[in-house]
Amino acid sequence: MTAKILSLNVNGRDETILCDGLTTLQEVLRDQLGLLTSVKDGCTQGGCGSCSVLVDGELWLSCLAPVAALAGRAVMTLEGLKQSAGIAAIQQSFIDNSAAQCGFCTPGMILTVKALLDANPEPSHDEILEALSGNLCRCTGYLPIVEAVKDAAARLSGGADAARASEGREG
Amino acid sequence: MASEAPKAEALNVVGQPVKLRDLKKHVGGQTSYCDDLRFPRMLHLKMHRSVQPHAKLLAVDTAAAARSEGVVRVLTHADLPGGELWSGLATVGGAGDEPVLASDKVRWKGEAIAAVVARTPEQAEAAAAKVKVRYEPLPAVFDVEEALAAGAPNLIAHWPGNHYIFGDDHAAAQIRLGDVEKALAEADRVVENVYQTSPIEQAPLETIGCVAVPDGDGRYTVHTGSQSLSSTLKSVAAYLGLPANRLRFVSGSVGGGFGGKADLAVEVTATLAAIKTGRPVKYRYTREEEMFASSTRAAWRVYIKDGVMNDGRIVARKVTTYHDSGAYLRMSNYGAMKHSTHWPGPYTVANVWVDVYCVFTNRTPSGAMRGFGIMPASFAIEVQMDRVAKAIGMDPWRLRLLNAYRNGDMRGHHRAVKDAAMIETIQATAKLSEQNLTGDLQSLSSWRQKAG
Repeated sequence: MTAKILSLNVNGRDETILCDGLTTLQEVLRDQLGLLTSVKDGCTQGGCGSCSVLVDGELWLSCLAPVAALAGRAVMTLEGLKQSAGIAAIQQSFIDNSAAQCGFCTPGMILTVKALLDANPEPSHDEILEALSGNLCRCTGYLPIVEAVKDAAARLSGGADAARASEGREG
Repeated sequence: MASEAPKAEALNVVGQPVKLRDLKKHVGGQTSYCDDLRFPRMLHLKMHRSVQPHAKLLAVDTAAAARSEGVVRVLTHADLPGGELWSGLATVGGAGDEPVLASDKVRWKGEAIAAVVARTPEQAEAAAAKVKVRYEPLPAVFDVEEALAAGAPNLIAHWPGNHYIFGDDHAAAQIRLGDVEKALAEADRVVENVYQTSPIEQAPLETIGCVAVPDGDGRYTVHTGSQSLSSTLKSVAAYLGLPANRLRFVSGSVGGGFGGKADLAVEVTATLAAIKTGRPVKYRYTREEEMFASSTRAAWRVYIKDGVMNDGRIVARKVTTYHDSGAYLRMSNYGAMKHSTHWPGPYTVANVWVDVYCVFTNRTPSGAMRGFGIMPASFAIEVQMDRVAKAIGMDPWRLRLLNAYRNGDMRGHHRAVKDAAMIETIQATAKLSEQNLTGDLQSLSSWRQKAG
C-alpha cells in the first residue's frame, strides 16, 4: 500500500502524519502523535465509543475513521479540550455523580457529552439517552452517567447557582 | 489484647459516602491502562487458534508465518520448558491440566496453538493466519450429561470420566444433612424441576492484555491488567521454570474485569516471548478474542427435588448439579465448591443432599465471574421457590419468610448460621415495593425461631 503524507490539526497544532488508506485516526492519535491515550481502544470496530473524538466539533469514532480522508481537518481529544469552555463542568459533574468506575469508557463519554451540550444545551432525558447510545459502560450502569449529563447541562446553562446547588449534593 | 468497637464519631470512612480516588484521573483521560504503555522496540504477539473443538494435532507448520513480513519469532509448545501444564489454581493446589500452547491435542475451538511475535500487531496477525495446522478430528462432546455417559469421548487422560475428582476419590462435591429420601417419602408433595444457565462473557471494556519487558539483567517486568497479580506471578514463574524473584508484576488500572481477568491468560506466553526475543512484548486480546477465547461464566444444569408440606415447610431438598467447566479446569473446582456450600440457599431445610459435578466438555473453558457458583444456585433456588409456592397455593412472600434461615439454624454443610438477615431483607423489600405482609410475617425475626 502506498504511504501518504498529510497534515492534520490535532488539539490546536498542525501535525504532519504518515498514513496509508487503511490507517485509522485512532492509530495516529494513540501511536504516531505521542500517546494521546485518552483515546481508548475497546473494540476497534465502532461498537463501544471509547475511542470517540471531535472532528471539527462533531463526534467521530476514531477507530473507524480512515485518516487519509481527514486532511486539513481539526481533531480534538480530551487532552486538547482541557482549557475549552464547558469541559471542566462536565468533568466535575462526572466526579460529583460518581459517573465513572474503571474509567475506561470515561474519556469517550465526556467527549460525547461535550458534543451533545454544544449542540443542545438543554437536552431532554430521551435526547441524553440517544446521545449516549453509542458509548458502552460495563461498570457503573448508565444512571449516574445520565445524572451527570443533566447536572452538567444545569451547571452550564444555569450558571453559578445551579453549579453550587449540585456541588452541595453528595454522590 | 482486648479490642473495643470504635466509637461512631471516630469513624472517618465507615458510614460516610466516599469518592472513588481515581475519578479525577478518569475524567481527565489521564488514567493509564496496560494498552496505553509503549516501550522502545516493543513487539506484538498474536495467536493462531484451533478451528476444531476436539482434534489430534498431526503437524503445526510455522515456516510461512516465520518468513512473513515483520515477524521476529514464532512460538509453539516445543519452546516451553518443562512443567507446561497449568490451571488457574495450580499455585494453591489445583491440578494443572492445560497446556500453555497446545501439544498433541486441541480440546476447544479457540485453543492457543502457535504464538507469532512481530513488529506491529497487523504483521503479527497476518503471520498468525499463515500457520498451517493439520488436524485429525476427534468426536466432540458439548453437553455435560453426555460427557459423563458411558462411551463419551475422553478429553483429558488425567480426568478419565470427564469430571474433576474432589478430594481423593469423589466424582462430585457432596453435601449431606439428615435423611433426604425419608423426608421426601413423608412429604405432602414433591416439586421437581431442572434449571439451566448459559455461559456469559464478562465483556470488560478493556480487553485482557499485558506487556512483558526484559529488564536486561535476566529479570522481567510484566505490566498486566490481571485481577490476580500475585497468583499470576507465581504461575508464570512455575510454568517458565523461573525463580519468582526474576519477575516483577505491575498492575495499573484495570479497565473492568468482573472475574474475566482472574484467570491466567496472556502472561505466560508474553513473558516467554520476551525471554526468547529479548524485547518488550505486548499481548492483548482483540475484542473478538475477548468474546470467543477468554474464560466465560460457566453454564450450569441444576436438578432440584423438594419435599414440601402443605403448611409451606420445605422438609427435603435433593440437588444434582452439572457444572460445565469447558475443556479445562481453570477455577471450576473452586466455583463448584462455593456452589455446593450455598445449598439449600438462604433457607433452612432439615434434610439436604447435594452432588456437584465439574464436567469437562469441548466448550470454551469457564472461569470466574461475579459470584460464580453462587449465581446459578440462587437462580435455580429462587425460581424453584416460586414454583413450590404455586404448587401448594401459597403466597411466595410467605413461603420464603416461613423457610428463611435464622441465627443458629444448620446449613447443608453443617455450619450454624450467624448474622442472618434474610427475614429483615425480605421485610424491607416488601415495604419498599408496597407489598403488605400480614402481622405474623412482619413479626418474624432472624433472632427468634418463632413469630411474635
